[in-house]
Amino acid sequence: MKGKRLINISKVIGKYLFRVMTLLLATSIVAFVLVSLSPIDPVQQYVMGAGAVSMEQRETISEYWGLNAPPTERYLNWLSAILRGDMGVSLLYRQPVARIISERFINTFALMMTSWILSGIIGFVLGCVMGICQGKWVDSIIKRICLVLCSVPTFWLGLVFLLIFSVWLGWFPIGFSSPIGIADTDVSIWQRLYHLVLPALTLSFISFANVALHTRQKLIDVLESDYVLFARARGNDTWTIMKRHGFRNILLPAITLQFASFAELFGGSVLAENVFSYPGLGSAVSAAGLNSDVPLLLGITLFSTLFVFLGNFIANIIYGVVDPRIGEERPHGQAIGD
Amino acid sequence: MDKQLAIKTSGQMFSFNRRVKTVIISVILLGIIIGVFIAGFFIGDDAMSVDFSRKGLKPSWEYPFGTDWLGRNMLLRTVKGLSISIMVGTIASAVSAVLATIIGVAAAIGNRWVDNVIVWLIDLMMGVPHLVLLILISFACGRGLTGLLTGIAVTHWTSLARLVRAEVLQIRSQQYITISRRLGKSLGWILLHHILPHVLPQFVVGLVLLFPHAILHESSLSFLGYGLPPEQPAIGIILAESMKYLTGGMWWLAFFPGITLVLIVILFDKLGENLKMLLDPYSAHE
Repeated sequence: MKGKRLINISKVIGKYLFRVMTLLLATSIVAFVLVSLSPIDPVQQYVMGAGAVSMEQRETISEYWGLNAPPTERYLNWLSAILRGDMGVSLLYRQPVARIISERFINTFALMMTSWILSGIIGFVLGCVMGICQGKWVDSIIKRICLVLCSVPTFWLGLVFLLIFSVWLGWFPIGFSSPIGIADTDVSIWQRLYHLVLPALTLSFISFANVALHTRQKLIDVLESDYVLFARARGNDTWTIMKRHGFRNILLPAITLQFASFAELFGGSVLAENVFSYPGLGSAVSAAGLNSDVPLLLGITLFSTLFVFLGNFIANIIYGVVDPRIGEERPHGQAIGD
Repeated sequence: MDKQLAIKTSGQMFSFNRRVKTVIISVILLGIIIGVFIAGFFIGDDAMSVDFSRKGLKPSWEYPFGTDWLGRNMLLRTVKGLSISIMVGTIASAVSAVLATIIGVAAAIGNRWVDNVIVWLIDLMMGVPHLVLLILISFACGRGLTGLLTGIAVTHWTSLARLVRAEVLQIRSQQYITISRRLGKSLGWILLHHILPHVLPQFVVGLVLLFPHAILHESSLSFLGYGLPPEQPAIGIILAESMKYLTGGMWWLAFFPGITLVLIVILFDKLGENLKMLLDPYSAHE
């Protein structure tokens, strides 16, 4: 049994590796085609700040970049360079793209993980409260708040937080991930955390509503089941029922949902980082698009796709490995829906 | 049925049944949205007029949303911005919903190969973070309004297409479709007379429920600087501009445009829910 299960798991992982390859390849083609379609001339953008540039010099630049080659050849050159680990040089920051991504990803990762964990906990707790108090005023108030939060744009919530906590109360700084005027190496971990609070709070406020509403629905389903009814008949109180039946049934869907939300999390971090001028991948990708920094734009697109895929992958693995019901042998003739 | 409900609620001043109530609410919601849109349409250049004698005024009766650092009336600018948002949202979600229906139906009635390609395409679209994809498409179209509309229109069909596909797959195996086919009706006829009428409620509800997403993405992209040119008072642009003045204490520049945007999004959401109650055969009789 155990060996069979191991083989099954490795099969699943193998299938996923194949999928991530095709997905990344397809994304790279689509992204490359989109960027090539753009009417924005990269050479023009490059020389914009450099004063008078003659036609010959422009020609040299586009020759140097290989812009005169046909698109398929350019794509293959770019792809083979990426496979060798060379993602090109960012026009905007004049640094290798790989280095910018790795440096900024640390910032973004800190931001996303803080808000991810925060929104997961807030969402789960609120979902449980709503589920237990279903139909009462607590439930309807929290539910309404969650529904409103679904309609609030991330960047506006960021601006409101900025107004309240930074401008009005003066508790938090206006922007940047570290104090201005201090060398990057001298910044202490506390100062970093201090600058992380508001963007992380914004991001988690945007995403906890989804988890909360989902958890509420799941919990209501569980509490209406026959085994909970039986437990109540035995005289168990709500807390015991939650401990024995509630959490076990609703924790897994909530965690899976959280892992599957990486795409929205990344999108939200683009906006939150722009509001708080937080130097992460999100602010880099919007700057890259605005300043026609093609290598950086393509690099971050591929990287974020990989990141989102990883989240979905983990979600699926958790479902397949942790949930005892899915790992079991399927009864004959009954297909388990996907 | 009508009488019973009327008796139940006879204590209230108006005794409508739930269906009539839903219709009335829907009409009111739609009326507000259209009203804002038309108001913004007629505002024209007033929203742009600069008057330094009234710059940076706090909200008052004369200027309910205050004025900005150039003395422009924020109420007019906000309504104009909402009107632009509603327009972009309408066009983009209409295109998206049509795309979703065509693709969803094609996936369900086409052969296995078509279905696989479409499902794979949906997976691919959902694999890239939505905002990054929007930035890429906007970049491909050279930014501006075209980029904004194209981006929002071609990226929002995925979830609705999935729904339509599932729905059509279910209808396809119904007996009346088989009978129709045995009677010698062509695929096109069956599509037009059996499948599309069934999908229509999904289409309408899906269309309205796409608005909130479309509008939120429109304002996000404008906020990042991709959407409309900066002289257009789109909500995203108003909020992006306001950021420079927030530290100076001009909170009204960010607060009112944002909260009205949230209200419009909620209105669309409510409208979608009401329409769903009316059109969905399962909840229409509740």
